[in-house]
Amino acid sequence: MSLDKEYLKEQRSLAWRDELRKSMPAKERTSRERVSMPEQEPLVRNKNNEEVNLGLTEQMAIEEARRCLDCVDPTCISGCPVSINIPSFIKHIEKSDFLGAAKVLKETSALPAVCGRVCPQEIQCEKACFYTVKLNKTPVAIGHLERFAADFEQKLGSVSVPEIAPNNGFNVAVIGAGPAGLSAAGDLAKYGCNVTVFEALHEIGGVLKYGIPEFRLPNSVVDVEINSLKKMGVKFFTNFVVGSTASIQDLREEGFDAFFVSSGAGLPNFMGIPGENYSGIMSSNEYLTRVNLMNAAQSDYDTPVFLGKHVAVIGGGNTAMDSVRTAKRLGAEKAMIVYRRTIEEMPARVEEIYHAQAEDIEFFCLTNPIEYKADETGHVSSMTVQKMELGEPDASGRRRPVPMPNSEYEIPVDLVIVSVGVSPNPLVPKSLPELVMSKWGTIEVDKETMQAHNVPDVFAGGDIVRGGATVILAMGDGRKAAAGIMKYLKSKHTK
Amino acid sequence: MSKIIAKEILSERVVKLEIEAPRIAQKRKAGHFVIVKVGEKGERIPLTISQANKETGTITLVVQKVGVSSHKLCALEVGDEITDVVGPLGQATHIEKFGSVLCAGGGVGIAPLLPIVEAMKAAGNKVITVLAGRSKEFVILEEEIRKKSDEVIIMTDDGSYGNKGLVTEGMERVISQEKVNLSVVIGPAIMMKFCTLLTKKYNIPTVVSLNTIMVDGTGMCGACRITVGGKTKFVCVDGPEFDAHQVDFDEILQRLQAYKHQEAEAYQATLNK
Repeated sequence: MSLDKEYLKEQRSLAWRDELRKSMPAKERTSRERVSMPEQEPLVRNKNNEEVNLGLTEQMAIEEARRCLDCVDPTCISGCPVSINIPSFIKHIEKSDFLGAAKVLKETSALPAVCGRVCPQEIQCEKACFYTVKLNKTPVAIGHLERFAADFEQKLGSVSVPEIAPNNGFNVAVIGAGPAGLSAAGDLAKYGCNVTVFEALHEIGGVLKYGIPEFRLPNSVVDVEINSLKKMGVKFFTNFVVGSTASIQDLREEGFDAFFVSSGAGLPNFMGIPGENYSGIMSSNEYLTRVNLMNAAQSDYDTPVFLGKHVAVIGGGNTAMDSVRTAKRLGAEKAMIVYRRTIEEMPARVEEIYHAQAEDIEFFCLTNPIEYKADETGHVSSMTVQKMELGEPDASGRRRPVPMPNSEYEIPVDLVIVSVGVSPNPLVPKSLPELVMSKWGTIEVDKETMQAHNVPDVFAGGDIVRGGATVILAMGDGRKAAAGIMKYLKSKHTK
Repeated sequence: MSKIIAKEILSERVVKLEIEAPRIAQKRKAGHFVIVKVGEKGERIPLTISQANKETGTITLVVQKVGVSSHKLCALEVGDEITDVVGPLGQATHIEKFGSVLCAGGGVGIAPLLPIVEAMKAAGNKVITVLAGRSKEFVILEEEIRKKSDEVIIMTDDGSYGNKGLVTEGMERVISQEKVNLSVVIGPAIMMKFCTLLTKKYNIPTVVSLNTIMVDGTGMCGACRITVGGKTKFVCVDGPEFDAHQVDFDEILQRLQAYKHQEAEAYQATLNK
C-alpha cells in the first residue's frame, strides 16, 4: 500500500495520463489563476451553523486540476503525512473521473472528506507543490480538490470500499475512535485483520465529533467515512474505556494480538490565575463538547450551555478559533480572541484566522488575562488583562511575550473559554504501568513503527504520543502504526 | 444499551435500579462511578455504583430525582434500556485496615457509601455508620448498611426516625466515645463541608466522595475541576474521593450552582431545619 517510486512512475506512464499531460502545454497550465473556494457571506454565516466553505463545482474542480503539471517527481506527496497519490487523483479529476479520484484518495486515507476540510495543506502538500517551491506562485488547491472528490462520492451515495486482503486471522484492538484510530483501523482492515475499535464516548469520531464544529466539518460527513469503515468489516464498541471497562490484559486474554492506543488528548490546561474556577469559565474542550457532541444549544437536548453575550476565548490555536466562532454563532454580541502574542505567532491556520476576522471576531493581541472577577452568584463578570510586548525569542524560537508595567485594564465578560492546550489522556497509561512515558505524560514509541518501548504488542499514535497536534498528523501515525503492527504480527507468527 | 432488571422505589424521590452491565460488574470496586445518558438527546450524568453482582452481571444505581435527567432515568421501568452506560470510572476507594472507621452518609449519598462500608468491614475494620436524612423517607438502604456495620446511628432533621438532629451530632457522639482512625463522608456538598469541619476539629483523617458536574467523565472537559490543597484537580480522573481537609468546599458549592440544577435545592433541603 505504500507508494514507492516505481508504482508512482508506472501510474504516471499510463496512456491516459500521458495523453492528458500532452493535451495542454505546461505554460498554459501555469498561467492560470488558482480557483478560489466559494464561501458563505461572513455576516450571514456567523449567524448560522452551515459550512463556511461551500465546495468547488465540477467545472471549478476541473479548471483547478488543469493547473497541476503532473510532475515527474511529485514533491507534493512527500508533504502529505498519509502519502496520498496526489497527481493521480488530481488527473482523475481533470479527465472528469471523479469517482476514480475518490478511489485513489481511499487507497491511503481513511477520511478524505475530513482531510479535505481540516488539513493545514498550506504547510504540507501545498507547501511542497512545484508552484510554491519553484514557480513562487500560489500552489494547486490540493485540499479543495481532495474535498471535491470525496464529497462527489459521498453525494452520489456510492461510497467505494477499498480492496481488502484475505483475512489473516489477526485480532487487533484500536483504543479511541478519533482520527488516529480510524486511520489505523482502515489500514488494518485492508491488510486483512479483524479490527475492533473501542471508544469511551457514546459517539464514534473523537475530536472530529466533539471538537471540530459543524460549520467546519459537518458530522454527517464524518459519519459517511465511519460507515465506509464499517463496510470494510471494522467493529465499533462505544461506551468502552480501555483501562477501566476492561484492561489491556483482559483483552489479550480475550484473543487480541495487538493494540493501537489512540486515546487522544485529555486534561485541558488552565492558566492557574485567580478566579479561574468561577462559573462561566470553562475549557474549550468542555464548551465544544457541550455544543458539538451534546448539541447543548438546541432546545430539545438536555445538556445546558452558557450563551454568553460578551465572550472571551483565551488562546490563538485552531481550537480557540473554533470556540470563538461558535460563540458568535450562538449569539454573542462581542466575541473576542485574547492572545498574548501577535497574530503572526498564532498557531491557528491562516484560513481560520482570516475567516474569524471576516466574521466580526475581535482580536485582542499582546493581551493576557491575569485575574477574573465574579458577580454575587459566583458567575464571571469581568477579566483583568495586561498588555504584553514581544521580547527575546524563547526555547520555541518564538519571541517571548513580556508584561508591560501598569498596563492592566478590565474587559467585561460573561463567558470565558480557556483554550491554552491539553495534556494527554491519563487513563490508558495508568492501566499499563510498564509503558515508558515522557515527562509530559505522552507514550514513548519508536518513530517508524509507533511501537511502544517495553510492551511489544502495544502501539500508539496521535495526541497520546504527540501531546497536541493535527488531525492529519494523527492519521499519519495511524497508518504507520498499522504497518508496524502488521510487521510485528507477521514476524511473531513466523517465529 | 443496558437493560433494567429490577426497580425499587426507595422514597418519593429516590429509585434503585439494577441494570445489566456485565463488564462493569466485573471490574467495579468501591468508590467507582458510571456515566449514564438516557435517550439520544440526553445529558451525560455521573452516578456512583452502589452495588454489583458479578454472577448476574448487574450493577445497582440509586438515583434521586433532582432534574430533568434524573427524572427521565427514574421514569424508566423494568425491561427498558438505558441508552448509554460507561464505566467503571474514577479511582477506587483506598481500602485497608485502619482500625475504627466512622462512615457518614446523607440522603442519596448513603448509596455510594454502602460499598465502602462493605469493603472497610471486609478489610477487618470496626465500622460505625451514621445515616442521616431530612426525615425518615430520606434514610435509605438501612438494612444493607446494618448488615455490614458494627453499629448504626440514625439521625433525622425532624426527628421522624432515629435521633433528632444533624449528621454532625451523630458523628460527634461516636468521636467522643472512642478513637476514630478514619472517617468517610458522602452526601450533599454542604453536609460534607460541615462534617469535614467537625473531623478537622478532632484531627481525624477524612475522605469525601465528590459529585460534581461532569460532561465526558473521562478527563477531557474539566467541568468537574475543584481545588484540593490549592491545586486544581479533576474529580473524574483524580477522584471522586479526596482528602476532605484539603478540599475547597465553598468553591464546589458555587460551581454546583452553575447551571442552576435543582440539585442545589436538594442540598439546601438536607441542611434545612
